[in-house]
Amino acid sequence: MNDTAAPLIDVVGLEAYYGRRRILHGVDFSVRRGEIRVIMGGSGSGKSTLLRHIIGLQRPVSGMVKILGVDVGRASAQELLTVRRRLGVSFQGGALITSMSVGDNVALPLREHTQLDETTVRIMSRLKLEFVNLGGFHDLMPSQLSGGMIKRAALARAIVMDPELLFFDEPSAGLDPVVSAELDELILRLRDALRMTIVVVTHELESAFRIADRITVLDQGDVLTTGTVAEVHASEN
Amino acid sequence: MMDTALRLLNRLGRRTMMAVDAVGYAAGLLGESFRFVVAGRRHGQPVRMTAIVEQMRQVGADAIPIVLLLSFTVGLMLAIQFIATLSEFGAQSQVVLAVAKSVTREFGVLITGILVAGRSGSAFAARIGSMSVSQEVDALGVMGIDPVRYLVAPALIAMLLMLPILTILSDFAAILGAALYSSPMLDMSVQTYLTQTLSQLTPRDVYEGLSKSIVFALLITVIGVATGFSVTGGAEGVGRATTRAVVLSITAIVLADMVFSFFLNR
Repeated sequence: MNDTAAPLIDVVGLEAYYGRRRILHGVDFSVRRGEIRVIMGGSGSGKSTLLRHIIGLQRPVSGMVKILGVDVGRASAQELLTVRRRLGVSFQGGALITSMSVGDNVALPLREHTQLDETTVRIMSRLKLEFVNLGGFHDLMPSQLSGGMIKRAALARAIVMDPELLFFDEPSAGLDPVVSAELDELILRLRDALRMTIVVVTHELESAFRIADRITVLDQGDVLTTGTVAEVHASEN
Repeated sequence: MMDTALRLLNRLGRRTMMAVDAVGYAAGLLGESFRFVVAGRRHGQPVRMTAIVEQMRQVGADAIPIVLLLSFTVGLMLAIQFIATLSEFGAQSQVVLAVAKSVTREFGVLITGILVAGRSGSAFAARIGSMSVSQEVDALGVMGIDPVRYLVAPALIAMLLMLPILTILSDFAAILGAALYSSPMLDMSVQTYLTQTLSQLTPRDVYEGLSKSIVFALLITVIGVATGFSVTGGAEGVGRATTRAVVLSITAIVLADMVFSFFLNR
């Protein structure tokens, strides 16, 4: 890991509000290339709000969010769309388009953003599905998949464009421990095989300690601590 | 007393602000959609022809049987009423003119608009609403696919193309229904009835119906999608949005129709 390189994500003094309620209280947060960073915290700690700001679904009211060198708060809609093509996001419930087959879901970013012919698109989407162990599920509909399979299909869609940055929102939520551990293995394989920088939002301690290079713990909108697994273990917080 | 009045005023002000906000949001969606249609390809965000064709099938082709059936029935009912009323003045022969004008200017487009609002306005709200609550809309956004370009623009184009076509079909079906009932009453053949209808209609009559259909298409689409995007609260919220979209669309259609009729028939 190169500590001197500019961070891929740089959040400075981020404040966020829902109505009059302050959710984030001036959060500072940065992610270096090639690391798996886990954002942890209990319900209502602001971790999902932080994620939504980082991926540009919400614009910061106060503070700065820079991702891949682009200031999300000041970027034009076009700049935001361009930077989003370099990201992959796997949502908590998968967020697969329910009216499309699994294969079409995975192929969607390729069809929208590349000039690849249909044969190549299908080959690439099948390859990504095989990477997440869903090789034979190309033609099934999302409603025919189990919870764990939906998360893996969503992951295949998130990595189909080979993004530089990958985000997971609660990958273990609603999964049994075995499936959850399999998903953790997959996340580690993504970093090692594809050299992706990965940000995981979770409240599952076991999963966080298994995959994280560094952990940021949020509590009621403040960063409680940031450090390696050992440092977080040792922290008084 | 003063407190109650202030509370009412406060509520009225808040509701007004919300309505203005909603109209502004809907206008923004409309503007964004047209921007993608005109300049989307240049910015790597084209509106896909396949999506437009699929929407045209859902909005238009699938609605043809029910539009024909309802319009035929309404045409027939109009003929019954006109003959009964006009015969009181010995003017039942004027039924051809009355049906032709009222169908092409008013009833054809109104029946079609209400029907499409019920079918497609609700479908837009339900589809986008359920996609919003399951984060599919967010997922499109973070994939660099603008939801307005992907979900709204194809629906808008399909509606703008299909509603006028459905209106013309509705006009035909209603006039045919009236012809089948009226021709024996007026002692003339169906063919003569239809020939008389054509000779009494002016391009302006048809244009009036078609221009209304364009406005109705805009209203149904924008209300359906705006309601869908504003859904909160899971499946229950989707149900509420669907009902709201239909009620608002039909209300907007009827009000717009009244305004049109007032200005075009003075």
